[in-house]
Amino acid sequence: MSTKRFNPDVEVAEWTGRQRPYDILKEGTIALIVVSLLVVTLAVLFGSPDDAPVTIRQWSNADPIDFATTAFTELAGASATATYGAPYNHVPATGQSILGVSLENLVGVHIPINTANDFVLIPLAAQTDDRRLTAALSAWRGATPTVQAAWIADYAAHEPTTVARGHLIMRAHHAGPVPVLIASLTQMAQSGALDQALLTNNQRYYSVNYTEPLLFLANGNYFSTLAGNKHLAGNQWGMMNETGNYPGQAWLWLYTFWYQIKPFSTSASGDFMVWALMMLASVIMVLVPFIPGVRSIPRRIKIYRLIWRDHYRHAGR
Amino acid sequence: MSTTAIDRQWTTRVRKRIAGTFPPEKVLPDTQPAYVASWIYVFGVLTLAALALVIATGVALAIMGPTWWHVSGVGHFLNSLHLWSVEVFFFAMVVHLWGKYFMAAWRGGRALTWITGGVTFLTSIATAFTGYLSQTNFDSQWIATQAKDGINATGAGAFFNVLNLGQMLMWHITLLPLAAAALTALHVILVRKRGVVPPFADEPREGGK
Repeated sequence: MSTKRFNPDVEVAEWTGRQRPYDILKEGTIALIVVSLLVVTLAVLFGSPDDAPVTIRQWSNADPIDFATTAFTELAGASATATYGAPYNHVPATGQSILGVSLENLVGVHIPINTANDFVLIPLAAQTDDRRLTAALSAWRGATPTVQAAWIADYAAHEPTTVARGHLIMRAHHAGPVPVLIASLTQMAQSGALDQALLTNNQRYYSVNYTEPLLFLANGNYFSTLAGNKHLAGNQWGMMNETGNYPGQAWLWLYTFWYQIKPFSTSASGDFMVWALMMLASVIMVLVPFIPGVRSIPRRIKIYRLIWRDHYRHAGR
Repeated sequence: MSTTAIDRQWTTRVRKRIAGTFPPEKVLPDTQPAYVASWIYVFGVLTLAALALVIATGVALAIMGPTWWHVSGVGHFLNSLHLWSVEVFFFAMVVHLWGKYFMAAWRGGRALTWITGGVTFLTSIATAFTGYLSQTNFDSQWIATQAKDGINATGAGAFFNVLNLGQMLMWHITLLPLAAAALTALHVILVRKRGVVPPFADEPREGGK
């Protein structure tokens, strides 16, 4: 006769002992009242944060040099978005990977973005009343990649560093149409037209997709500087914080924690590593009942004796 | 129609199954085991109460649309209620989860109860995350641009675009809340079906006789 050994971490002798009165509806009602009072009190005392979103208009007026520098990297194909790879574009040797496996490259490009076209040339093409700009756009589009590269190189060597009455002082003299394109895009941004143009790029009249304006915004320094001032940078536990002195997404503390330490904070595949780790942790958490060792910890550390202290006190008599 | 024919009906079978699995004294109990006597047990029902407030305030915010709360005092207060009910919800849920871990609450055929609770916790994190992305303010801009790299790295970013406000808002107010509510309902049903896990059998103390 086989006798299966009782496993205290899996099995339990069902309770046949004493019962006590329990009014489940009364308990639920009291809980709802208590939580409601607590939430109303917290809302009255602390409210909720609501810092206004940053616009490209705001950025380009507050820091036109940073905007123009970023706009140039978009045109030159050198910005963070232009060199990102999947899911935005095909860029060799990109994509975070673990043991040579890159899931984002396996899935491929599903949100295609060409920063020169989508962030610079297409929005500018809508400015049809500017003959100088129209000529610059024609010159750019008619040039060979070699000529474009020469213009880019000259502009990169002489990027504007000063502004006079809101206008960039261009220093590049052999950059073909590039100075006109960047100056025009900066003026367009300062007027607020670029915010709307990026939102409706490649879309119909309505849009709720902010992918392009947000990527453009994130490629500059202005946005991240503002976030750093609001203690939201990645190395400031930014993913779980929110503006002001609010608890934010405190439940993301473990996810955010990994970003503060090596190798996650320095690896080019840090995001993928953190996600892999958190997926593993999540699976372990969900499957605790089936994992020997992990499921034994509660029985061994005996915190349950504190929870059921009345029960054990009675049992000990 | 004969009695046998009635018994074979789908409706009759399902009703009998439900009545057998969930007799009224299990669904609305008026007693519980004597060992259920700790403050830790309160956090389960507090989580449910907070969830009810999260849903109620979320529905109220939805009536006037996603940007109304920026320009209305009433809207901002509703948003504050929504935020703090979420904070209380997570606080209560995390305490509940740790409490259940220390009780090894999966014992005695209650593994699925634990699993549904764990998956509800993860689903709630995703729901709250999409809520932060749907605020249409600086926080949502920053969180979206920061979070994209992690989600893109998993390959999911191609289909779950955190920079797409419309997609995140729809996930936040339909798909994820439905999933969280359904999982919560299943979790509560399992708790009512299996009951609260009994204590570990008392072990003789070291040195005891």
